[in-house]
Amino acid sequence: MSALDISLTVNGEPVSERVEPRRTLVDFLREDLALTGSHVGCEHGVCGACTVRVNGEIVRGCLMLAVQCDGATVETIEGLSDSGEIADLQLAFEQRNALQCGYCTPGMLAAAQDLLKRAQEIKNVPSRDEIREHLSGNYCRCTGYHAIVDAVEAVARARVVSKP
Amino acid sequence: MKPAPFAYKKARSLEEAIALLGEHKDARLLAGGQSLIATLNMRLSQPSMLIDINGISGLGGTAHKNGKVEIGALVRHVQAERSELIAKHAPLIARAMPHIGHPAIRNRGTLGGSIAFADPAAELPACLLALDGEIDAIGPKGKRTIRAQDFFQGLFETALGPQEILTAIRVPAGTKEARIGFAELARRHGDYAIVGLAASARGDGKKLSDVHLAYFGVGATPVRARKAEAAMANGSVDDAVAALDLEPQDDVQTNSKTKKHLAGVLLRRVATQLMEARS
Repeated sequence: MSALDISLTVNGEPVSERVEPRRTLVDFLREDLALTGSHVGCEHGVCGACTVRVNGEIVRGCLMLAVQCDGATVETIEGLSDSGEIADLQLAFEQRNALQCGYCTPGMLAAAQDLLKRAQEIKNVPSRDEIREHLSGNYCRCTGYHAIVDAVEAVARARVVSKP
Repeated sequence: MKPAPFAYKKARSLEEAIALLGEHKDARLLAGGQSLIATLNMRLSQPSMLIDINGISGLGGTAHKNGKVEIGALVRHVQAERSELIAKHAPLIARAMPHIGHPAIRNRGTLGGSIAFADPAAELPACLLALDGEIDAIGPKGKRTIRAQDFFQGLFETALGPQEILTAIRVPAGTKEARIGFAELARRHGDYAIVGLAASARGDGKKLSDVHLAYFGVGATPVRARKAEAAMANGSVDDAVAALDLEPQDDVQTNSKTKKHLAGVLLRRVATQLMEARS
């Protein structure tokens, strides 16, 4: 099937590539752009390891096609990390041992930042239940989630205090 | 797994999408893609072409008019979840929204896609059935409106013709007397329900009438529990639970007996919600 040309912005940089329609966004990022921070887990939208941001909203990288991202702004864990946007969250994950094998971590961070960003806008500290609900679409098979919820909660509190 | 090869075409208008459906008999429409792309990845479905309808204008609005709430096919779950209009005038849909998938799924998934896909364990088809909603569709022969009770015909099977496209759904706007209830049981928040229940009724003090109990996850389509509805209108939740006339099949999640038990548990929870007057 004929490949299509797409142009988009990935982590702030313009990208133009020719892709097959069946190329999922996460495979495009990993295989064509060598951005391997986004992970491929279940490939049917259940595990959340491929979570990235498209036009500011988190999506499943395995449930969107690269051709659908023509003209879009995509941010991966590499971008979120390099910009410093989630530096505090990454530190909290490390300090609280909120990762073991690390496979789920890029998606977990992207999903957590989505909640924290929205909460910060309304100066709200989400409850542990709200954190769990927001991260319900991201599987972690190592930690048992407690440390992850601890880390996200700690950052939520710190951000509301430090940026009134 | 990876999808089998397919062609991709971005339709600019409904007419173009309808024509493409006519030319490519096994083409599929791509809206939010949150069910479709998963089935492509697993090769449960191998269409020759995907017709992307996301660029078609006029399908993304929400309006309150003539006592009804109309929601365009391409309204995404996240938009419905954050919509004040839907929260105020279509509270059952608002109540169901957080149960649908996870935030990353709701950012992409569309209401029209969910209805047209007609997963028997999905929330929205049951909400539409509970509210006596309507579905607007357009095809080669023009527009038509289909009642929810006639729309869901079998497992992933709807009244839509091969060249028809769902354009909007419509539900009666909430009134002072309108009561709603919603509950579901899932292993993980956001997963497809083991059993779920969407309900509506008219309430006058403590008395209920016009009770609609639409269960999902218990059959090939969302189903009304008619005998239980009648018992609820007679004022007895115990009788309603005893009268539950559902015949769920065993599935990967649990067996029929457990599902029937859980349907009763949900009915008691939803009955409490139905008894609460609208604030």
